[in-house]
Amino acid sequence: MMGFSEADIMAIWLTFKVACIATLLLLLIGTPIALWLAYTKSKWKGPISAIVALPLVLPPTVLGFYLLIAMGPHGPIGHLTETLGLNYLPFTFSGIVIASVFYSLPFVVQPIQNAIEALGQRPLEVAATLGAGPWDRFFSIILPLSRSGFMTAAILGFAHTVGEFGVILMVGGNIPGVTQVISVQIYDHVEAMEYNEAHWLAAAMVIFSFLVLTLIYSTSRRKKVTGGLYGS
Amino acid sequence: MILIFILSAPISVHAETVTVAAASNFGATLKKIIPAFEAETGHQVNLVLGSSGKIFAQIIHKAPFDVFLSADDIKPKKLEDQDITVQESRFTYAIGKIVLWSPEIKIINGSIVQSGKFNRLAIANPKLAPYGMAAVEVLKSLGLYETVRPKIIQGENIAQTYQFVATGNADLGFIALAQLSQKELSNKKDNIWLIPDTLYSPIRQDAVMLKSGQNNKAAHDFMQFLRSYTAQKIIQGFGYEIPKEKEEKE
Repeated sequence: MMGFSEADIMAIWLTFKVACIATLLLLLIGTPIALWLAYTKSKWKGPISAIVALPLVLPPTVLGFYLLIAMGPHGPIGHLTETLGLNYLPFTFSGIVIASVFYSLPFVVQPIQNAIEALGQRPLEVAATLGAGPWDRFFSIILPLSRSGFMTAAILGFAHTVGEFGVILMVGGNIPGVTQVISVQIYDHVEAMEYNEAHWLAAAMVIFSFLVLTLIYSTSRRKKVTGGLYGS
Repeated sequence: MILIFILSAPISVHAETVTVAAASNFGATLKKIIPAFEAETGHQVNLVLGSSGKIFAQIIHKAPFDVFLSADDIKPKKLEDQDITVQESRFTYAIGKIVLWSPEIKIINGSIVQSGKFNRLAIANPKLAPYGMAAVEVLKSLGLYETVRPKIIQGENIAQTYQFVATGNADLGFIALAQLSQKELSNKKDNIWLIPDTLYSPIRQDAVMLKSGQNNKAAHDFMQFLRSYTAQKIIQGFGYEIPKEKEEKE
């Protein structure tokens, strides 16, 4: 019987923390972007959509490499954090959270945008004529009616961050308890020929993800049934 | 993979193809050695580069490699113990040298490490990379390991460690001498500290022939060629040492 080492447990906890914070940030950042993309008629819609979707195309190690350069002392983000009196981001917890947000952005923006687009302008126009302000419209119309889109976005954002490897490997520096997440730890075990430890950690990751996803999918289905009044 | 094999089938009757799996850190050197080998013997080489750990796992799962050039001496030995290598084929093809490097700060024989005037120190992961292990040994020999530990960041391998320093994210890093270009070596002597052999145990990089290469003449010729004067000159040119005949094995 093999268990988890202290480093493994630290990696599990850290991954969970990164994924939760990144998902929260993703929803906060992704929602306004999705709203804008759904309703805008600006000529910038195309280019902005493309920028949001870019992480889908770029290999994670490539994205990670350029984030490393951008966040470093010679990069624009590095300059920014320096002038703000903050530390450079690579090899820090905040660094990998921010990298994760970049990396998972399309997975969060697109489902929300699709849900809002499916909703159409009409319910909002009706609400506006009834005197609802923009915040009111968002919280009482958009949010409840595109709940499944937000749910999907949160699940994908979370899952994608848990499974993230290449980007964190590049900007993380593999520091136990700070940037050494599960995927990196599994990779390390395999590289060090510690296959048993790798199997354990991988199994834990599969079971955890399966449970979380099952839980979310089954609760979201139930809600859909009771909230089926609005169709789709 | 099989398709590649068929497609790259030798043109001449006597020439054969050898598939060499090698640690990435030796890639640049091999790209000089291979043309010389092909020119001399008429054989062809398929080169597969990767981390030693990954190649090791692939070999255990029957990857079609004939020769394995590891970045350490542990993995070839392990394969030997599992009886999937050709007996007596293992030898040290190069000995790695470690340097402390900073593109911007002057390093006067490592006194910078003692002074603590740097943001971060990059080393390769000591658990995975022999160069990382050597870096830790150096720091321990200098009695500085515990002091600098909070400033250490780890690259997965020596290439990533180089990246951390090259992109300015770490002021200093222990990297392989073989990674520095001739230009950097001659122009920026103050930014490089060639670490004395006495501070760390030699980083032996071993080659081994796998059973799949046993009946492949090209594999035998390649192993032979790696020990030839021509190959050794190239290897030394890239900043490695060549083992003296006697110490070739352990």
